[in-house]
Amino acid sequence: MDISFLLSQLIGGLSTAMLLFLVSSGLSLIFGVGKVFNFAHGSFYLLGSYLAYQFINMFTNFWVGVVCATIGAGIFGMVMEFLFLRRIYGRQDEGGFQILLTYSFILIIDDMVKFIWGSEYKTIEKPEILIDQVQIGSIFIPKYSLFILIVGLLIAISFWFILNKTETGKIVKATAIDRDMLGLLGINVPLVMTTVFGVATAMGGLSGALAAPLRTVTPGAGIEVIIDSLIVIVLGGLGNFWGALLGSIIIGEVLAFGILWVPQWASLLNFLVMVLVLIFKPEGLFPQKKGGRV
Amino acid sequence: MKRLKEYSPWFAIVIAFLLILLLPVSEHKIHLATRILIFGLYAVAFNILFGMTGLLSLGSALFYGFGAYVTGMMTKSLGGDHFVYLLLFGALCSFVIAMPLGLLCLRLTDVYFTMLTFAFGQLAWGVCIKLYNFTGGDDGIQGIPRMALLESTKSYYVFVFLVVFLSLIILWKISKSPFGLVLNGIRQNRSRITFLGLNVYKHQLFAFLISSFFTGLSGGLYSGLDGSIHPNMFFWTQSGSIILMVILGGINNFFGPLIGTIIFILLEDYIGKTTEYWPFFLGTIMLIMVILFPKGILGTISTFIKGFSSKREIGNGCHS
Repeated sequence: MDISFLLSQLIGGLSTAMLLFLVSSGLSLIFGVGKVFNFAHGSFYLLGSYLAYQFINMFTNFWVGVVCATIGAGIFGMVMEFLFLRRIYGRQDEGGFQILLTYSFILIIDDMVKFIWGSEYKTIEKPEILIDQVQIGSIFIPKYSLFILIVGLLIAISFWFILNKTETGKIVKATAIDRDMLGLLGINVPLVMTTVFGVATAMGGLSGALAAPLRTVTPGAGIEVIIDSLIVIVLGGLGNFWGALLGSIIIGEVLAFGILWVPQWASLLNFLVMVLVLIFKPEGLFPQKKGGRV
Repeated sequence: MKRLKEYSPWFAIVIAFLLILLLPVSEHKIHLATRILIFGLYAVAFNILFGMTGLLSLGSALFYGFGAYVTGMMTKSLGGDHFVYLLLFGALCSFVIAMPLGLLCLRLTDVYFTMLTFAFGQLAWGVCIKLYNFTGGDDGIQGIPRMALLESTKSYYVFVFLVVFLSLIILWKISKSPFGLVLNGIRQNRSRITFLGLNVYKHQLFAFLISSFFTGLSGGLYSGLDGSIHPNMFFWTQSGSIILMVILGGINNFFGPLIGTIIFILLEDYIGKTTEYWPFFLGTIMLIMVILFPKGILGTISTFIKGFSSKREIGNGCHS
């Protein structure tokens, strides 16, 4: 095993990490701002994949398809928040009911996908300019992995910028701290919540759309993704943006190198990492100062 | 009169059992009734954790599947005559494995607890599928023998009823004991329980262990029902269905989960036959229950009756 092979594996792991980051940061955002745990977040990833398949075939253009899929998933998320989740805010034992409500969404969305597109495998072609590989020294890197890496980083940076440097970001952060006070200041808090939900689910959808050419599109994909993002969030701490990034990178690399080391058990290595973190640092690698933990 | 009212659900269970046993019902109906009993026990055991202690676990299938696999695999290798005590052994194994998992999961609260149990459940499912040579992987294990005495569907039904009935009495006693009251207290206000000088963590762990024991027992019973076990018994949808049964019936009543189980199994039998999109209906039912009837069927009915009778009392008071 030479060094260039390991390096290309490293970059492959990073692109997996970016896809995971798009999902888990959305999950984290919804929890951080709205105190809602969206268990159905993986289903928006799934929805993104299938919408991308649909729109790419419809417009015969990869880029238009991906953008439409992202927007579609976002709109679906906003409708879900507006019609259903909103009704249980502030109810006694809200946490449990949130999980149950979003759980019912997993069942409904996954079956809807099966109903509309059938349960057989679907594949999406990579766009033509991203098919081949780039050569840096003796390392060959697939252009598509590089593309995902760049998109992921751009989104991470722009998110950080919006949350920390703009007025909108301040409003979103204030929603997380004190909703009532923000309402008194004349901000439409329910609208903020719906928008945040829309943005987060759109990110899940984008991740699904971008992942579709790399993995086959099947109705079971949503669950696999939500499990991986849960592990990421346990590692990084829920509601923590940088924690989600670091957690994604750890899990992405564990997957990429686990496949070399123990091919059959690679997917179970994630759990091992999580259990180790929980034993030694139960509050996650980046503990929040205020949070729902003991 | 109060005592009679307290015991009436038990009479109802016995009468329903005898009716199914004595009336000339088809083999399929008896099979269905046996399933209701098994999942009823699972649901009530789950509710010790969810409804009483306030811990929502999404990994209960781990203990259910573990009990089923231990009982099923050992019965297959040792022979059907050992089924009865292997059943107990399977439950004990679930109890033992619940110890480290409970210690780990209960370090977290609320959503984190739920997600960790979910992750462990999926881990167990993954391991079960990957260990092809040991557990049969995706195919599961078929042809688990039953004791000669329990060969017929009817005799197995009687056996399951006895086990479930006994377990329900034990769980009922636990829920009415001082220990059960502490569990209720943890759900309502955990800091007050701490102020009383009681260890919340320890009580939660005991609740977790008790729940896992009876969940494992129900898994073992299921392995004897069809003589076959499969990895999907570990899958998270299994844990999810149980949650729905409990929510359907009502979480604040000891017998609520039983009512929910009856409705769920009958619906599954009816809808599952006509459409392959059973999860879609499941999701829709769950959505409606959570939004409109969070107290479940039993809870909604009892508030309705209470509201009705209290209104009448007020009315009478005005007239007199």
